[in-house]
This record gives sequence, structure tokens and C-alpha cells, in this order.
Amino acid sequence: MSAEPNIRTLNIDGVGISARADQTILETAREHNIAIPTLCHLEGLSEVGACRLCLVEVKGARRLLPACVTRVEEGMEVTTHTPKIDRYRTLVLELFFAERNHVCSVCVANGRCELQSLALTLGMTHVELPYQYPQLPVDASHPRFTVDHNRCVLCTRCVRVCSEIEGANTWGVMGRGAQSLVITDLKEPWGQSETCTSCGKCVQVCPTGALFEKTGATSKVRKHPEFLPYLRIMREGE
Amino acid sequence: MPRTIIIDPVTRLEGHGKITLQLDDAGIVQDATFHVTQLRGFEKFCEGRPFYEMPNITARVCGICPVSHLVASSKACDAILAVQIPPVAADLRRILNLAQLVQSHALSFFYLSSPDLLLGMDASPEERSILHVAQTHPEIGKDGVALRQFGQRIIELLAGKRIHPGWTVPGGVNEPLSEEKRDQILGMIPAALAAIQRTITWFRGSVERFTAEIEVFANFPTLFMGLIDDRGLAEYYDGALRVIDSEGNIIAGELEPVHYREFIGEAVEPFTYMKFPYYKPLGYPGGTYRVGPLARLNLAGRCDTPLADVEWRRFRAMSPRPLLSSFHYHHARLIEMLHATEKIAALLADREILSRHVRATASVNNLEGVGVAEAPRGTLIHHYKVDENGLIRWANLVIATGHNNAAMNRGILQTARHYVQGEQVAEGMLNRVEAVVRTFDPCLSCSTHAMGRMPLVVELRARDGSLVRELRRD
Repeated sequence: MSAEPNIRTLNIDGVGISARADQTILETAREHNIAIPTLCHLEGLSEVGACRLCLVEVKGARRLLPACVTRVEEGMEVTTHTPKIDRYRTLVLELFFAERNHVCSVCVANGRCELQSLALTLGMTHVELPYQYPQLPVDASHPRFTVDHNRCVLCTRCVRVCSEIEGANTWGVMGRGAQSLVITDLKEPWGQSETCTSCGKCVQVCPTGALFEKTGATSKVRKHPEFLPYLRIMREGE
Repeated sequence: MPRTIIIDPVTRLEGHGKITLQLDDAGIVQDATFHVTQLRGFEKFCEGRPFYEMPNITARVCGICPVSHLVASSKACDAILAVQIPPVAADLRRILNLAQLVQSHALSFFYLSSPDLLLGMDASPEERSILHVAQTHPEIGKDGVALRQFGQRIIELLAGKRIHPGWTVPGGVNEPLSEEKRDQILGMIPAALAAIQRTITWFRGSVERFTAEIEVFANFPTLFMGLIDDRGLAEYYDGALRVIDSEGNIIAGELEPVHYREFIGEAVEPFTYMKFPYYKPLGYPGGTYRVGPLARLNLAGRCDTPLADVEWRRFRAMSPRPLLSSFHYHHARLIEMLHATEKIAALLADREILSRHVRATASVNNLEGVGVAEAPRGTLIHHYKVDENGLIRWANLVIATGHNNAAMNRGILQTARHYVQGEQVAEGMLNRVEAVVRTFDPCLSCSTHAMGRMPLVVELRARDGSLVRELRRD
């Protein structure tokens, strides 16, 4: 028995590490500067394990596990980078790019996009899967913001921030699988949503150019997702 | 026996095209057609996009003249915002557009056409390239590279990057010009002016060698169209459209570009994806007109900068009427480069150009906007319709190269009839057929932006060439 019942010792990439029992592999790894790529994860929001980019190998597990929703366990042996994992992650990214219409060169988020950065850091040079080219709408009915479903990766950060931080619950998801869409209220045009407070948090946390502020130009958009942890701390301090 | 000569691809052009020459039994050219064989689809896939993405999207029509599309598109978006953009922003866009003119003209003249002009139309194909020019005529080769760089560098200094910059936005431009960058641009002007003047002097001296080509390189009467300012002088960013006839009579003095559809029609032919715009009051093909450097210098009162005006007078003194041979496009291009460089310096000399107020903001106030500017190859028109949220419902782009389409086809026929005859057709003869197209400096990737119903004709011909049956889908 460990002297500290809430402490778990485990091994990530050959390094012995101790962590609190309520921590995830992702949290623990990042605390120790071990890089694991993520997309749907955002500090300050709950975890959904949707994007599958943080898949890691856990000894004894029959499949790869998402690091963001897998809690640490005593004696766990985790590997964050193997050729197999890298291949899976690149494939996941390729699926994202093939699923909708991500055209970086004319996107508002070009140069500041998390999906684009991941492609660069993970070395995704080509998309070998056939592009789906779905015909998806753009909703520009809100006076300040626009949602372009062509660039949405369904990470649901907008849904979570709207519910967990703003408490408005304007955003939701409709449909299934690749046909899913993030929607405002019961798929009302965003500009007609009665619950939206126009706080803009969804826009700030969106990792791509799916949600953006109307600046009247494509090159002026800059997002600030880093505000979330502070907001959370301040709320909890109340 | 009748035969067909196909030149595919036509080299040293921007984009992909091919030429078909139909010869009869005696080996005489009966018909000639210029096919642009690619389809781009911009007008269609822009539908549904927010209007302010249009400058960036349509810039991708072309890697040579993205700035022209940026400018015309931004102007169309200004019209949707219904704002008067800050005068400095207009001047900054002007400078960008002129820098684009210089670099594109340098590309056309030096990279694409100078091998024909320096080494002769009959030089072997391996030799007809800018690399060979750099070996045989290093001074001219260097000037060509330097002038292209000069234009591209100004674009980079102003807009952040050379190709597809995002600086021009609805309502103005993104960033004001810094004093340091202005001084850098001004520092490059003297060398550029000297290089252009050297080139003009050389070109003027060598024109005599091409008397035969001048005679048959699209040398026929057409109308000419281009922008002029309120004094009737050459204008590239704003102003009204003027149309003159081949005698130099102004048949339409100040057409409002916004109403272009009232006076420009677009015909289609089954053999190409490029449309055939024409001046509506005279119908098709009677209303065939030319745009671009030759048209602009034919129809403007003068250029409005001292060195260019001297050259313009010499140029126009070659004929009491407008110059009709498209061979003169080359000469006109050089004069325009001189004018553009002088004009850039003049605009930068104004202290106000450093003003920080370079953008007007507004939301959608008009559901329709037209933007017109002079691209290197001629008048460029962007026309958008949006919904109340600013999403594009409909887009129409009338591209400079398209305006010249009818004249290019006729020019090919004229040149081919003169040079291509009999059983043995020398390579240099076919090169002249390509060279007449090069005088127009067509940008084929730009010209086939359209999408929609394209006429398709299937011809079934007997062995003797007679038409048995024709299937047509209009």
C-alpha cells in the first residue's frame, strides 16, 4: 500500500512519474513536458475524447487509449510515440481534412489554426483519402460572428464552453457521424438565437476558422483561448 | 488533302491553350481557332461564401496577376459596404496595382516574348527562352529579371508577400505604409526607370526588323476600350470606360463601369471555354474590341508622367490613327512600365501617403457591387450579388484576356494565312502563329474562371471533310 492513497506512480515513455489519482494521462504527461497532440481538449473545459489525436499505448490494453480521458493507474506503462501511434494520428488528421472543405489559403484562421499547426507538427504532407467535398452552409446571420461548417472539426469546444462557462447552452450538436453539425438553439439561424448572449467565447475557443468574428477581412482574425483557465479559477474563487 | 495543324500546347503563355489550323487541299489556311482547354469554376464555387473572402479567393484565379483581382474584388466589396474608402487607401491600392503592372509586363515582354524579338522568330525552339536570352544578351536579360523583381518587391513591401497577399481588404487596406518602406521603394525607382528606358531605346531600334510581322499580327480595325480619368488621361484604378473606333473617334466617352452589362455582351463559341465579350451597341462580332496596353495608349489623351509622355508621343506619331497591329502591344507595354514607375514615385512623394487612416468599416449596405480596374492585360470587372448577411449569391468576373478573345482568334487566322502554306510548314512559321497570341499576353487561367452551361458541338465529318451531322448542346 502506498503511504499516500491518492498518489499513483506510473511510467510514461520510460520515465517514472507520480500523479494524483484523479489525473488523466494527458494532464500528467503535460505536467512533465511530455508532448501529446490534442485538438478537442482545451484547458478549462471538460474532456470528451472526440478527436482521438491523443491516443497512446498502455501496456496490457488491447487498443490505443485516448490520453485525455484515461485516468492514471498504479504501475501503468504508457508510450506516447511509436511508429504505429504516429501513423494513427496522421490518419486521424487526414480524416479531418478529407471530411470537410479545409482550404487554408483563403481561411480566416490561416497561420493561427490548430488543425493546420497539427498537420505541420505531425508532418502530414498529403491527404491520401478521397476528399468528401460536402456542401455545407455558412451562417452569417449573427451581427458579430459567423459559423462556417465547412471548417468545423466537431470538437465541440463551442458546445462545452457555452454550457460550462457561459451557461447559455446555445450550442448543441445535431445529426450523427460525419453528418453532425453544431447548431444554435434548435437550428435557428445564429442571429435569431434567443439564448445566445453574444459573449463570443465559442469563437475564442474554436480551434479552426469555423467560428470567427466578422472583421470584414480574412487576415485580421486572432483568437484568445488562453483566457479560459483564468475565468475558471475566478469563478471557483467566488 | 485537307489537313489540320494543331499547336498544343501554345508555349510561353500563362495557362494552357491550343491552336487548330484548318488547311484546304491546296494547303491554304481556311480557319484558325484558339482553344482554352481548362475550366476553373470560380464564379460557381464562390457562391455561399462571405463577400469579404472574395478578394482572397479570386486572387487565386492567377499567380501572375493576383493583385489585379485583389483590387477589382476589393472595389466590388467597397460597393457592397457602400463606403468611400480613405483617399490614402485608394492611392496605396493604386501603387500596388501599378507595381503589378510593371512585374507582369516585365514577365510578358522579357520572359515570354523577348526570345522572339532578340533571337528572331525562326530561332530554334531550344533557344527561345529567357535563359538563352540571358546568355546571348546578358544586359537585356538582367534588366528583365530586375524589373520583374522591382514590381514584385514593391508588392511585397506594401502587402507583405509577393503572391496572393491579403493586404487589400473591403474598405481599404490592412496596414498603413511605413516611412522606411516608402523610402525603400523610392530608392529602387531610378534603377528601374533606367532599365526601362534602355529597353525602350533598344526596342525602338529593332522594330524595323519586324515590319512583316507588324503587317499581319492581328493588324485590323477593331474598337478599343479602357479606363480614363476625368481629364481623359490613362487611368488604371478608377475612372470611366472609354470606347474608340479604329479611326480614333470616341464612340463612347464616359461609360460608367458599374453599368458594364448595358454595353458589354458575352458571346460563347463551342471550341473554347473562354467567352467572347463584345461592345453591345455594335453586336457580335461587329463589336469586337481590344483592351490592354495598346488599347489604353490608343484611347487615352496621354499618360500623365513626363518620361512616359515623351514616349507616348513618339509611339502615337507612328500613325495618324490608332495603332492597329497587335505587335505594338510590346511597345505599349514598355511605355506603360515607364509610366507606372513614374506614377508610383509621384504617389509616394506625397507625405499623406503615410497616413494611418487606411480603412473604412461598415457592414452590408448594398446587395450588389461592381469593381473595375485596369489589369496588365486590360479591363477587369468583378460583379457580386450578396444576401442581407453578405453571403455571395451570384458572381460574374469579366477578365481582361476575355475581352481580347475575338481579336486573338482573328489575329491567329490572319497570321496563319500569311505564314502557313503548303505541305512543308517550318517551325518558325508556327512560332509566328504563337507569337501573335503572345502579343496580347493572354492569361488563360484567368480567362476561364467561369462555370455553367458550356456549349458543346460534336461534328461528324465525311472523309472529304464535308459535314454529315452536327450534334449541339447549347
